[in-house]
Amino acid sequence: MSTEQGPLILVVDDYEDAREMYAEYLRFCGFRVAEARNGNEALEQAFALKPDLILMDLSLPGLDGWEATRMLKADERTRGIPVVALTGHALAGASEGARKAGCDAFVTKPCLPDDLVVEVRRMLEQTHDGKLKSQSL
Amino acid sequence: MATMQQARSLSRAKAGTSPEAARLELLESYLVHGDDIARCAQLSLEWLARHTGVRRSMCVVADRDEGQLVGIAGHGVPTDEVAFFAWPISDTRDPLVAAMSASGPTMLRSLRSGQDGPLPVTPLGAGPVTAIPLRGARGAEHDAIGLLLLRPGTNSFDGVSWLATVFGQKLEQLRGRGSLAEEVRKLLRERSLLFTIINAVTDPILLTDTEGRLIVANARAEKLFAASEEESEGRRRAVELNNMLFSAALSRSAVEGPSEARELLLVDPSEGSDLLFEVLSSTVEDPREGTGIVSVLRNITDLRRATEQIEENYQRLRVLEAAARAERDRLNLIIDSVADPIIVTDPVGETVLMNNPAEELFTVPSEADESAERNVQANDAHFSSFISGLLVGEEGAGATRRGDIGLINPQTGEPIPVEAIAGKIVSDTGELTAVVTILHDRREALERARLYEQLKLASDELQARVQAATAELATQNELLRRQAIELEQASRLKSQFLANMSHEFRTPLNAILGYTHMLLQGVAGELPPPVRRQLQRIDSNGRHLLTIINEILDITRIEAGKMPIQVSEFNINEIVPEVMAELEPVIARSKLTVTPKLAPEAPALRNDRQKVKQIVLNLLSNALKFTHQGGIEIAVQYDPLAPAVSIAVTDTGIGIAPEHHERIFEDFRQVDDSPSRQYGGTGLGLAISRRLASALGGRIMLRSSLGQGSTFTLTIPVELP
Repeated sequence: MSTEQGPLILVVDDYEDAREMYAEYLRFCGFRVAEARNGNEALEQAFALKPDLILMDLSLPGLDGWEATRMLKADERTRGIPVVALTGHALAGASEGARKAGCDAFVTKPCLPDDLVVEVRRMLEQTHDGKLKSQSL
Repeated sequence: MATMQQARSLSRAKAGTSPEAARLELLESYLVHGDDIARCAQLSLEWLARHTGVRRSMCVVADRDEGQLVGIAGHGVPTDEVAFFAWPISDTRDPLVAAMSASGPTMLRSLRSGQDGPLPVTPLGAGPVTAIPLRGARGAEHDAIGLLLLRPGTNSFDGVSWLATVFGQKLEQLRGRGSLAEEVRKLLRERSLLFTIINAVTDPILLTDTEGRLIVANARAEKLFAASEEESEGRRRAVELNNMLFSAALSRSAVEGPSEARELLLVDPSEGSDLLFEVLSSTVEDPREGTGIVSVLRNITDLRRATEQIEENYQRLRVLEAAARAERDRLNLIIDSVADPIIVTDPVGETVLMNNPAEELFTVPSEADESAERNVQANDAHFSSFISGLLVGEEGAGATRRGDIGLINPQTGEPIPVEAIAGKIVSDTGELTAVVTILHDRREALERARLYEQLKLASDELQARVQAATAELATQNELLRRQAIELEQASRLKSQFLANMSHEFRTPLNAILGYTHMLLQGVAGELPPPVRRQLQRIDSNGRHLLTIINEILDITRIEAGKMPIQVSEFNINEIVPEVMAELEPVIARSKLTVTPKLAPEAPALRNDRQKVKQIVLNLLSNALKFTHQGGIEIAVQYDPLAPAVSIAVTDTGIGIAPEHHERIFEDFRQVDDSPSRQYGGTGLGLAISRRLASALGGRIMLRSSLGQGSTFTLTIPVELP
């Protein structure tokens, strides 16, 4: 299977049904998936696995998504990993807060797995193009 | 010879009609006035005037001791000029002196060339004068005793020469007594003294005969009544006028009696001004001279002026007095009309004047009873003590004293509290002349003060009430403010709650929709068709639930003022196909034709693209929901004047009655709100759309009627305001 070769996505969500649903669908779509249930786990996984992309739910117990993102973006090792924020909070300011924390994209729940995959692919391509460009330079 | 002639004249005196009788009369008067040389000379000249027509004449005699010719009588010439006439006889070449030695009359002409010596200026004037030497019977060969000087013009030289003869003899006779010169000198001294005295009198003095002819005039009178021919025309005329006026005055006094003083207005010949004289005339009876009238003129011009001045002053005084009286009357009227009693007292405290209101307090009416009298006495006592306080006081001019006095109404016995204000009136010399006291009834003021106190109490009470009400109002306001804060907090809590609920709803819905989607995508392998249909029902209901949750969230955000507006530039025409694409499954199911009409000329808008799309989506969705047959048109229009664009969604649906046009824009409203309603939905769509349109600076208009379809038009400005 091509699973071994697919990009590694770290799905961070405390709500198991949602986390596993996205993980399952991403794997179905050919990605490698790692999971984390809270901010601390997310940091550990990110430093350990160096995923290609992190799907970050913002409302997390303990260390929340905003704080975790800020720390990831502050760390030399994980700075380059794109972070796509996921939130059920649709009130004004939610997306703004996510961007300030360092999120590269913002997706509002509910988000169909299909739509999420579209967004993930778009972000990966963007990152890949950016890397290619920087390499070619 | 003289004796003989005298006898003859006497004998003829009785006949008295012929020239002989006239000559006799003169000789007779010589006898009467015997030794008065001047008198004889005067009579001779008058005789000449009367009988020979010589109007102006003069008699001079030689005073050998003094060596001069002196005047002793004159007729028709100023008396004093005759009296003061003196001519030296030392110079024999002098014409007048020469005439003395001539045997007959000499004509002295006016000064001509070739004639020796100066022509004597006599009182007769400068014209030709006839000089006739007067000699006695014995002295034909000697120088004459004197001269008779005449103005020519006689037609009776016979008469003249006769007179010269007889008068010459009379002169010789008188001289023969050896005392002529002495006589003349004595006489002259007396005359001179007399004239000096008369002339010294500043009032004009005149002696006239009964006919009004001038006999003697002093210097002052001559200025008024005599003018020589040499003097100016004006002056002569003035003198003439004065003579006429004086004669008239004299004749009037002759008729009315001379005793009373009369006024006579004359002209000052030298200045032309009017002079007013008082004429005092009295008749003098002289045994020798006969009857004459002595008139003394007293200049009263100044006196008259002074009199007039006095009269004028007097008139003025009368006017002033009348004015003062009127003033006093008016003052009395004023004082009486003052409602407050006014009392004027003299320096010792005696009442001088009272007005009517004062009289009511301080005088006892005739019909009053005993108690009234006692009351008046009491009032008097109070007032007197008040006044004496002022009189004793040290205060100077203009000092006033105020005090309250308790008086009594004499009639009713009612107490009258008054405020007394007394002022000293001091004369220019600083002497106290009077004290004026005004009594002011204080009852009214006291009553007013009482009323004011009541009013103040009422006002204070009212103020207290107002303050209480204000405090109450403030409390209420504070309460309202707190309520408002609480409401705001509640509203915020509601919004927070709804936001949280929305999140809580989404999390499971996310899983429901996600797994349904995954199953439909074939994650779990191929599905049997019935299962697939059932999953599609789950999916469609899940999506509906999400729409409802989103709409509730929108309303919440709009109400909380937290609806974010994200401005971008876009073309309105792009919106239409996007909306149609999104609703494609619904359109396909409805079997309605949806016709887009675009406006390519419309410029790019700067507004919130997502919100505009949301509104159009709602409008088209509604049109599809409420239209069963026919078609739907989406028309874009551009109004360059506003500038604005509009999207009109017109359907052929059920339409909306006009009375429901507003209602359908309210929250959670449909035309049919009943539980058994035909159409689904939250009823929030139009409410959200209208609020969004307003937030974008635009509006939604509705044109519709029942059964006729509807047109909803969204209009938004090209630039977000």
